[in-house]
Amino acid sequence: MDLYSENILDHYQNPHNSGEITDRTIRVFENNPLCGDTIQMDLKIKNDTIIDIAFIGSGCAISQSSMSMLSDEIKGKKLSVLKKMKTDKVYKLLQVPISLGRVKCALLGYATLQHAIKDFEK
Amino acid sequence: MSLNLQKDFPILKRRVHGKKLVYLDNAATSQKPKVVMDILQKFYTTMNANIHRGVHTLSEESTAAYEAVREKTAKFIGAKSAGEIVFTKNATESINCVAVSWAKKNIKKGDEIIVSALEHHANLVPWQEFCRETGAALKIIPLTADFLLDLEGFEKLLNLNTKLVCVTGMSNVTGSIVPLKQITEMSRAVGAKVLIDAAQSIVHMATNVSDIGCDFLVFSSHKMLGPMGVGVLYIKESLIGQMSPYMYGGDMIETVEQYSSKYKMDYAKFEAGTQNVADVIAFGAALDYLKKVGMNAIEKHDRELFAYAKEKFGKFKTVKIFSPNNIKNCGPVLSFVVDGVHPHDIASIFDSEGVAIRAGFHCAEPLVRRLGVSSTARMSFYLYNTKADVDTAVKALQKVLKIFKVKN
Repeated sequence: MDLYSENILDHYQNPHNSGEITDRTIRVFENNPLCGDTIQMDLKIKNDTIIDIAFIGSGCAISQSSMSMLSDEIKGKKLSVLKKMKTDKVYKLLQVPISLGRVKCALLGYATLQHAIKDFEK
Repeated sequence: MSLNLQKDFPILKRRVHGKKLVYLDNAATSQKPKVVMDILQKFYTTMNANIHRGVHTLSEESTAAYEAVREKTAKFIGAKSAGEIVFTKNATESINCVAVSWAKKNIKKGDEIIVSALEHHANLVPWQEFCRETGAALKIIPLTADFLLDLEGFEKLLNLNTKLVCVTGMSNVTGSIVPLKQITEMSRAVGAKVLIDAAQSIVHMATNVSDIGCDFLVFSSHKMLGPMGVGVLYIKESLIGQMSPYMYGGDMIETVEQYSSKYKMDYAKFEAGTQNVADVIAFGAALDYLKKVGMNAIEKHDRELFAYAKEKFGKFKTVKIFSPNNIKNCGPVLSFVVDGVHPHDIASIFDSEGVAIRAGFHCAEPLVRRLGVSSTARMSFYLYNTKADVDTAVKALQKVLKIFKVKN
């Protein structure tokens, strides 16, 4: 089946940047109330740049692998750039067709990141 | 074991992702037989008119057809008369109607409402809200380790302040069957009224309100082969007089003057405005269909199929099933989880094999959390399902284990 590519399963079973950051700049939680998927994201930010990221999550393969891929992608990036990042980027990282019913799963990590940037800038 | 009814349900010919559709999401909604769809078409092509209003032929015909379904519904659930039947939008609206039209007048601060730990949000949230507004207390009947209602725990909750007991007839998550007659007798002993959410149970087994002795019973047409948009509220005759209207407007009034109005006293006071006439009439065809097959035959078929599925799925060590031990206490709803695989992923992989199942909280979040999981995958069976459907589901499960490299 297309949705469960080797890449997605690798990220799901061995997520990148998994864990916590003790000297983090900010921590946010996000969840999908409908299915119970959760993500806790820690960011270390210096000079408007994400210099480290770690997350702990639970949920389906799509939500968790999407977060794992996104965490690789955003490390070293400027917040000003990430703020403008479109959801298309997430779909490109996943490289599999996402049906309407799984959009919320695919974008949970993205929503967590945008939540973190918003909170940081407050 | 098969009732051989597949041919009556056109949608079952559909293919999904190139595979034959296996529909196992019946607890969410059932499919519709052709006779039900034909009646809808017939109504709009030959009879369409508003009811209770005109003296012209079409209006008289549609009124007669609509009221005939009230009679049919009363007979289907063993009510004393058609006057005890109110049509609503769905079971949820029926429950909200009881909260607004009966409970507001009869339950106050210091009183208690009991619901069970098995409830769907529809029979929990309206009572949470009611208690928040009135200051009445909400109590919960606990569960046994076998997913059944703990009747000793229930007995302890009952007292003279208990005014209303609201229970489901069957859980939409664990399939647990609730002893409705016993619960009703225990409740009546302290003078409490009883509301039964029969949305799941009436679909699979014969239901008789006179035998149960309950005061209110609600269910939805769409889970029992009828169209969406029709709900039923049974109200014991003696209570109708002390209830206020649910909504105000046309058709529910006796006389209207410029600054005040008088309302109808019978069931009609709950049916304001133009009703869902066509769908109610089509619901009548669904009741006829169920009656023809026979509720006892349906119960037997569904339980045997469930037992077969439970046995097949139970053979997988990494699969955990949430269902009462004794098959006699089980409705045909099989909730399960697989070690290391999220239920959403299970449902997506099943879908790729044409098997429609549900994953998530099933609108019963407190119950699912009580099971110690964040969500479950759920298969639910009905009269058109077959052993072959279960076998396809087993193949889909094997695919899940293979994709996620789960060792069994």
